[in-house]
Amino acid sequence: MTNIEKYTQAFVDAFNIDAETAKTLKFQQIPAWDSVGHMGLIAQFEDQFGIMMEPDDIVDLNSFEKGKEMLSSKYGIDFGA
Amino acid sequence: MKEPLFKLDFNGTAVVTDDGRCVSYAELKRLSDGWAAKLPSRSLVFLLVGNNLDSLVAYVSCLNHDIVPLMLDARIDGQLLQRFLEIYRPDFIWRPTEDGYCLVEGHPTSAVGHPELFGDLALLLTTSGSTGSPKLVRQSYENIRANTASIVEYLKLDSTERPITTLPMNYTYGLSIINSHLAVGATILQTEKSIMQREFWNFFSEQGATSFGGVPYTYEMLDKLMFFRRKLPSLRTMTQAGGKILPALHQKFAEYASREGKNFVVMYGQCEATARMSYLPPERALDKVGSMGVAIPGGRFSLIDVDGKEIVEPEVTGELVYEGENVTLGYAECAADLAKGDERQGRLVTGDMAKRDIDGYFYIVGRKKRFLKIFGNRVNLDETERLIKDRFQSIDCACGGVDDKMRIYITDADRTKDVQDFVAEKTHLNFKAFEIVPLDSIPKNASGKTLYSELPQ
Repeated sequence: MTNIEKYTQAFVDAFNIDAETAKTLKFQQIPAWDSVGHMGLIAQFEDQFGIMMEPDDIVDLNSFEKGKEMLSSKYGIDFGA
Repeated sequence: MKEPLFKLDFNGTAVVTDDGRCVSYAELKRLSDGWAAKLPSRSLVFLLVGNNLDSLVAYVSCLNHDIVPLMLDARIDGQLLQRFLEIYRPDFIWRPTEDGYCLVEGHPTSAVGHPELFGDLALLLTTSGSTGSPKLVRQSYENIRANTASIVEYLKLDSTERPITTLPMNYTYGLSIINSHLAVGATILQTEKSIMQREFWNFFSEQGATSFGGVPYTYEMLDKLMFFRRKLPSLRTMTQAGGKILPALHQKFAEYASREGKNFVVMYGQCEATARMSYLPPERALDKVGSMGVAIPGGRFSLIDVDGKEIVEPEVTGELVYEGENVTLGYAECAADLAKGDERQGRLVTGDMAKRDIDGYFYIVGRKKRFLKIFGNRVNLDETERLIKDRFQSIDCACGGVDDKMRIYITDADRTKDVQDFVAEKTHLNFKAFEIVPLDSIPKNASGKTLYSELPQ
């Protein structure tokens, strides 16, 4: 799996949704992405990429796009182009 | 005219909202008096609430003007709301619109009219509204007054407090925070944001929040957020209720509080006792880890054995019984029940199993009834089974598990996701709380009763 696939899969698994829905998702847009779901999503990222996220980043991560940007700039995850 | 429950005769600010509104006590009084002017005294009103000013004004107005509200979550499932409407036939509904709130007729087609309300009935709350049970708890003005006075006393609240909202207003614990702080002229910081959002913490810091409440899961999230590293100079007190916190987490937060000169207060309560029944004094938080403390001022605990006889020796488990003025009137399951008087006479058999240590501190060790606390919400296991069987008629199921993790055993593996989504939708709880376990068959005894002890753990 490429990193972007892994990243998308984390949303799919955390929220029981399809990959297309994941790509435009924002915090609280669906019932599953509430604070409980957010904890699950962070756990998925940490497992998938072997990272530990900073609390400040956890509370800033509020959309699919924002998370991608954050993992790439702060945690060195390479999403290709 | 009864004396209003909320005096509102303070000079300071009653509410600050996260969209920048500042409402003085004088203005809250004016707004809430104005709200009630539209409604006849002893009306029954459904309030569909969130942590916003419109909800607070309506709530305060009801309690001060002899109007009886049923508090429901603004995001309540439409079908469930319909069910409540049919059963209780309210006169009005206060509900959110796209740009605020509006008051609409509750049950215009009803030929039977408005149900009779017991004279001291002040407030109605759901017990486990999430699974659609129409069962309500009936609270009196005296219940709320008594519980509020106890809370103010043991938390030593005064007008300098600035609690930030972290719990729903239709939830008895969230409501008790509002009641006890309005009673002392404190300033409530209202936000719909969760602790998982940057905006929450910005609002917290900008407004200098002094306290918040949390259910066990709140504290797990705070732990993950490395709360202990956060600089929160304004914070004085953290309270915990809504289920038993893991002792390790209790220890961690108690240590943090002791190190930073803050209070961590573990409490125990039920909607049936208005809100609070016990508290662990913060100075004992570290040497009584795992305990829910002692009865609140004005209350008394006892433990009874299976024959109803009081247990006097320490370290013996029995059913916890509470006595106090905050023990509510009783339940309602239909409109006619709203006319009922005080059925409990100040004594509540809690359904929780507990023991007392040699120093008189209580520890919850189990539960008599088949329900779990999921993220602080009571979810009845038998009702959940019934909901699933109604919706998926071809499958058999059984529900078990532990707090924050229900295990749902089903006989059709292909419906795993459907069942999980369905239960999450019905309960309004995150689907992660429901683990689906497919089985060939549900173990039953000869008379067809589920053998819960034989389910795989």
